Amino acid sequence: MKLLGWFRSVLAKLFHAPEIADETDEELRSHIALRADDLERTGLDRAEAERRARIEFGGYGRFKEECHEALGGNFLETFLSDVRFSVRVLRKSPGFTVTAVLTLALAIGANAVVFSVMDALILHPQYAPDADTLYGLQHGSDNGFQSYPDYVDLRDRNRSFDGLAAFTVTEAGLDSGGNPSSAWVYEASGNYFDVLRIRPYLGRVFHGSDEHGPNSAPYIVLTYGYWHSHFHGDRSVVGRVVQVNKHPFTILGVTPPDFHGTLLFFNPDFFVPIVNHGQLDAEYDLNTRGVHWIFESLGHLKPGVTPAQATADLDTIGAYLKKAYPKEEGNVTYTLARPTLYGDYLGRPVEAFLAGLMLLAVLILLASCANLGSLFAARAADRSREVALRLALGSSRRRILRGLFTEAVLISLAGGATGLLGSVVLLRGLSTWRPFPEVPIHVPVNPDANVYLVALLLTLASGFLFGAVPVRQVLHTNPYEVVKSGSAGRAGRRLTLRDLLLVAQIAICAVLVTSSMVAVRGLVRSLRGNYGFDLRNILIMDTDLSMAGYRGDNVAAMQKHMIDAVAAIPGVERVGLADNVPLGSGTNESIVFTGSATDLRPSQAAANAIQYKVSPGYFRAAGTALLAGRSFTWHDDKNSPRVAVVNEEFARKIFGSVAKAVGGYYKMQDGTRVEVVGVAEDGKYESLTESQWPAMFLPILQLPSSSTFLVVRSKRDPQSLTAAIRRAMRALDPALPVIIQTRYQRMDFALFGPRIATVALGILGLLAAVLAITGIFGMAAYLVSRRLRELGIRMALGAQRKEVLQAALGRAFKLLAIGSVAGLVLGLLATRVLGYIVYQATPRDPLVLAGVVLVMLLLGLVATWIPAQRALSVDPLILLREE
Amino acid sequence: MADQAQLLPGTLDLLILKAASLGPLHGYGILLRIGQISGQALLIEQGALYPALFRLVRQGLLKASWGVSENNRRAKYYELTAAGRKRFREETEGWNRLATAMASALAAEPEEI
Repeated sequence: MKLLGWFRSVLAKLFHAPEIADETDEELRSHIALRADDLERTGLDRAEAERRARIEFGGYGRFKEECHEALGGNFLETFLSDVRFSVRVLRKSPGFTVTAVLTLALAIGANAVVFSVMDALILHPQYAPDADTLYGLQHGSDNGFQSYPDYVDLRDRNRSFDGLAAFTVTEAGLDSGGNPSSAWVYEASGNYFDVLRIRPYLGRVFHGSDEHGPNSAPYIVLTYGYWHSHFHGDRSVVGRVVQVNKHPFTILGVTPPDFHGTLLFFNPDFFVPIVNHGQLDAEYDLNTRGVHWIFESLGHLKPGVTPAQATADLDTIGAYLKKAYPKEEGNVTYTLARPTLYGDYLGRPVEAFLAGLMLLAVLILLASCANLGSLFAARAADRSREVALRLALGSSRRRILRGLFTEAVLISLAGGATGLLGSVVLLRGLSTWRPFPEVPIHVPVNPDANVYLVALLLTLASGFLFGAVPVRQVLHTNPYEVVKSGSAGRAGRRLTLRDLLLVAQIAICAVLVTSSMVAVRGLVRSLRGNYGFDLRNILIMDTDLSMAGYRGDNVAAMQKHMIDAVAAIPGVERVGLADNVPLGSGTNESIVFTGSATDLRPSQAAANAIQYKVSPGYFRAAGTALLAGRSFTWHDDKNSPRVAVVNEEFARKIFGSVAKAVGGYYKMQDGTRVEVVGVAEDGKYESLTESQWPAMFLPILQLPSSSTFLVVRSKRDPQSLTAAIRRAMRALDPALPVIIQTRYQRMDFALFGPRIATVALGILGLLAAVLAITGIFGMAAYLVSRRLRELGIRMALGAQRKEVLQAALGRAFKLLAIGSVAGLVLGLLATRVLGYIVYQATPRDPLVLAGVVLVMLLLGLVATWIPAQRALSVDPLILLREE
Repeated sequence: MADQAQLLPGTLDLLILKAASLGPLHGYGILLRIGQISGQALLIEQGALYPALFRLVRQGLLKASWGVSENNRRAKYYELTAAGRKRFREETEGWNRLATAMASALAAEPEEI
């Protein structure tokens, strides 16, 4: 009954709030009027009677508020009035508000981004139904490769998996009528979709029952994205026949929009049954047991089967295979891992990396909370008079604290919302980002409810965290002391924990600023470096002739046609052809032996050399200088003795010197003797920071390869030749998909690491700079407000502006200097590590040193600008009167 | 004013119930009635009456309705509800017990022990 009554009055209050306020007003006013009537009867005039009545009544506003509280249900109302009040207070100090909101926005944003990436990659990767019970097989510690016969044995003999699927990734040429393009393909076992429980979006997918031996299932299933981009979402595409590497394949259907294959980073364009492997990739035979080319096998564990039971089961099969095929099989023990990041191979480093990032993000959040805490403490000190006055006028400490917390939470909510918004934009960008146009590598992150929840929790937690800093100050405020004597102007001389924290923040900021500057300088330098080939005026055209069905002798003939066709284009100076280019995407290495070697076991190898197969004219087209001997001619073919051009390093390592190398012989692993006819300059092959590799260039006529890179050197802007080259290629073979890039673009792979490192350091540096700024700002503001009276007195006594500034901000700048120097030294040490990623990362660079000093000074200026202005604008008269 | 006593905490509610038990009254009337029945000995800050009135209404001990005062002003009149009457009886008994006990305790002479 009571509860009901309370509830009713709460509801009545909520819905009739203004009426009730009016009614209370009316009642209280009627009281005063009645009292005035009585007083009037004692002989006072009306005005005086009313005045007296009002005085006797007491604090009208206060009693009215108490009446409301007595009615109950006022929580929302006081909350709203707190919010209104806080907003008013915050709007009065926009500098503080903006700083606080931005700091939190960055910190919360960083946390949201890192958490979303972690959620998407590790915690809840959403890529297939029931992903929790899906496991990938790996043998050894982190290797998932299988041969097809092994996979079939594992699939048919295991008793632990609810079906075992397998797939491998390959590149293929797809021609759906006049527009050949290269595409990335999953060759998947017939049961792939059934094992993963994927239902088609359109048409049907292939099944185990479609497989009847090699090349028996010429079907493809498109991914939703590829269907949209290459077939314009045309629903009649089902049943159409297209050419894949010049073989007819029938389109069966389209997979659902949210399925991108089972590797998180790598989105294929379509799926082909693995039994048709022979038509896609002639290099490895489907049924050879010894060749491990299948990328990964995976499946759902049967209900009730533990991973340990499953690995035991797999090991039994491994032991059986070793016994049955002693020649091909070695000792194999299996482990299970998440298939999404290729098991532990990528999974472990990605996990470690993300865990590190998450830790960093949380630290950033904590540091910004500490900084905001000192900012809040500064404000609370500023407002100690206000607080004291409110306490003296009868406001409860609880109410004042509630107000402070409302401010903190409002700021953190604004910061959290801004940060989350920023992170959503960033993540959208990240999930559509493709670092390499020629490879479908994605970072699949989409912020979901989890992320929003975590961001909200972090926001509220941080609001309470830094809101709590001034609590002690308020609780200990003695209103009479403060009003009587002004705030105590005692400036701490001791080194406090807060000072140390600030120095650490400044130092970290300086480290990051130093390293990012070193990285940027290195990156700039790496675009002008000498890598053993020219960067300017070169185009690279890349294709694989097997995508257009070329085999055997056709390959060499077609390559000659290609060289001739491009050489005939006006503006083209030189054309060379190779199976791969340095600093492109990956290298082929092989071991070599001295010419007199008889023991050709790998352990006896003289060197591990990078190998390129090149055409005559390649060196001049690429701009690689020959130091001695000759280059290849069209006569260095299969009918003539094997020859090679080696680089300086190779010559030194095998022959002792460049001069001795020419005319000398060395042996390949298969025992072939190769004569060195020339020596080329050293270069960079895999990455910009590698130590010098030995390299050998072999005539592509002697060792044919369908992988084809044309190196085109032109007199004018190479970009203008792109269309002409494309036309020439189409005239030669309309079904050949080609990619044309400048030499610079082709370096994207090699520059990826340094670029990412630079961007990451830049972002971290920015975060650290913001932290340092808020930290210094908070401390300077606090110092100035605590010593305002002292400063006023100094000014009244004739102190100069410089002296005032020194008194007010000397400490802040001292901390800044200590932190910066420490950071600079650490940063210089840290760039040694950076040297592994970024080309010629050297800290002994006057530009870098000057830059760091300048940036740190600027930070200090920005951070102390407002407090300095405040210290300078102190008017001793007003100040002394007020206090 | 000097011989007016400060109210003990909790006694205001009981005084209000008493005043209202003598017939419906508006707030100012309650104040006057308390002054009258206590011989002007109890001091109540005028405004402080209203939060107490509102609280009693919320507890369902008083009910309020608008009416017109003897000198033609709109005013809110309070009267006891059934629950209010019951509470008034209980609190009166409780108070009397306490007062008697206090009185006899304070009146104790050395020889009575």
